[in-house]
Amino acid sequence: MATQTLPRPAVQAGTAVAGRTSGRRRKMPLSRVVATAIVAVLAVAWLVPFAWAAVTALKTETEAAATPISWLPASGFTLDAFAKVLGSGNIPTWTFNSLFTSVAITAITLVISASAAYAISRIDFRGKNVMMGVIVASIIIPPPVLIIPLFQQMQSLNLIDTYWALILPQVIHPPMVFVLKKFFDQIPRELEEAALMDGAGRLRIFTTIVLPLSRPILAAVAIFVFIGAWNNFLWPFIATNENSLLTLPVGLQTIKSAYGIQYAQNMASALLAALPLIVVFLFFQRQIIKGVATTGLAGT
Amino acid sequence: MPRLAAPQRRQPRTVPGISAPGNPVPHRSAPRRRLRENWQGWAFMAPFLAFFLMFLVWPMMSGAYMSLTGKSLTGANDTFIGLANYGEAFADPDMWRSLGNTLYFTLISTVPLVVVALALAALVNMGLPAQWLWRLSFFSPFLLASTVVSLFFAWMYNPELGLFNDILMKLGLPPVAWLNDPSVAMWAIVIATVWWTVGFNFLLYLAALQNIPQQHYEAASLDGAGGWRQFFSITLPQLGPTTVMIVILQVLASLKVFDQIYQMTGGGPGGTTRPVVQYIFEAGFTGYRLGYSAAISYIFFGLILLISLAQLFITRKRSA
Repeated sequence: MATQTLPRPAVQAGTAVAGRTSGRRRKMPLSRVVATAIVAVLAVAWLVPFAWAAVTALKTETEAAATPISWLPASGFTLDAFAKVLGSGNIPTWTFNSLFTSVAITAITLVISASAAYAISRIDFRGKNVMMGVIVASIIIPPPVLIIPLFQQMQSLNLIDTYWALILPQVIHPPMVFVLKKFFDQIPRELEEAALMDGAGRLRIFTTIVLPLSRPILAAVAIFVFIGAWNNFLWPFIATNENSLLTLPVGLQTIKSAYGIQYAQNMASALLAALPLIVVFLFFQRQIIKGVATTGLAGT
Repeated sequence: MPRLAAPQRRQPRTVPGISAPGNPVPHRSAPRRRLRENWQGWAFMAPFLAFFLMFLVWPMMSGAYMSLTGKSLTGANDTFIGLANYGEAFADPDMWRSLGNTLYFTLISTVPLVVVALALAALVNMGLPAQWLWRLSFFSPFLLASTVVSLFFAWMYNPELGLFNDILMKLGLPPVAWLNDPSVAMWAIVIATVWWTVGFNFLLYLAALQNIPQQHYEAASLDGAGGWRQFFSITLPQLGPTTVMIVILQVLASLKVFDQIYQMTGGGPGGTTRPVVQYIFEAGFTGYRLGYSAAISYIFFGLILLISLAQLFITRKRSA
């Protein structure tokens, strides 16, 4: 499926340029035409790795390893590599592991970050400035610094090679608390005051007023955290050895060493691994771009 | 950013619905209210705090202690040896080399990752048709796992069967041993990294560009300023804060490089691309020396702190 959908934008890039050149007569500035052409060329270049991987994955192993290299194999394209990769059963298992752990990480992150952000934004408790300071300062800690002690900790808790080890250490995202807090700060206090007067408790206000009003930012945080969790490599690589518990990125790494020279199969599995997020992206492009742009600015 | 560590002073000290003027709530006395706010606040903080202490603060502290011991992955040798690990690390040429590789990668990757992102965003923002198509093309690689990117590029860099050498030879140029030539390997990794992650910075720039008020440009073109003039006099200055932030985020991200290098070259050829994170990983998991590995982690952390402070200092000075 990837092989059919991915090269398509490259073709459309060409037509987009053509469409624009005709618009030139209607006072389309020359600079814009040139810019479109440049961007189109760059976009095609950007899609080459996808296209080349797809072409390779559709060849037989012999064709893939043949020189001189060609975009169109002499014996035609075949789905052999995809069939072999899917037949091994690893990719579906790893996809499930990635999906399960990423969803769990995202859900836990949302719950704990939103409630912490709410406390800091709205509740006047003693020590909240210190908490905010500590959380913001912790942004500076690079995750790789923690891998050795985290591994040690997971080992002593007997959690290595469990979903717990994959999920638990990945749910702390200090910048996201900050992003959520900034959003909560903007929600009019009058809404809460009215509810308080009506006798609603904090939890009730949080879940029935603040959270529903914060859907856009919650979605943005969820997207950001999910992409990060889905693609994380270093920690899952360390926390699991058991083949049935590997996530997609880590599993792919083992395939690479196992099949060393099976180029078509390597590319087929890479494309299969890339597929889920690309499909999600095609459906939710607007939200994902907005989410990344909003939360990517978390540093400010 | 550390600068944010300053206490949030602008937080109004009012309690919703209670201390706000004109909203007297008769039934509760001030001290009791204070008490309730306190426990409620900590109750809402508690879940995050539990994870934060358990999986960030505790490892941070136990790692610091571990770096002062001879702890190994297999045995339980955690004798306290003071700063011996640090002494050894500072005298370890491999540690310095891996730190040097990390800094080199950061230096040569940050420039294209910022400049290319800005150029792409500025081009796309010129009112081009089919915006979604360009965003899709440049951003979609960012959604890939490092393993996928590494597989793609290792294949294209393949000396005999790869696309890159095929193109070079068709152009009449000599083939390149992309990942096996010590003078080229790091650049090959940078090319793959730019392809993979530039879309993220591109999006941040695009968002910032769309926030620049259109009136600025209208006023400028009335004054007869051309495209380039507008770009340098309006766009670039308006993007100043965004650029500072992207550079800071990018430097911090590049310093953590590991995945794509480990997967594409394994740190080779001859250790010329091995970053410090890989050295930490190897000292701990293939050398079985957790204590030593933790010490290098802390040296690396120290370096990141220094760089962050330097960046903070420079940006403060510039904005002052």
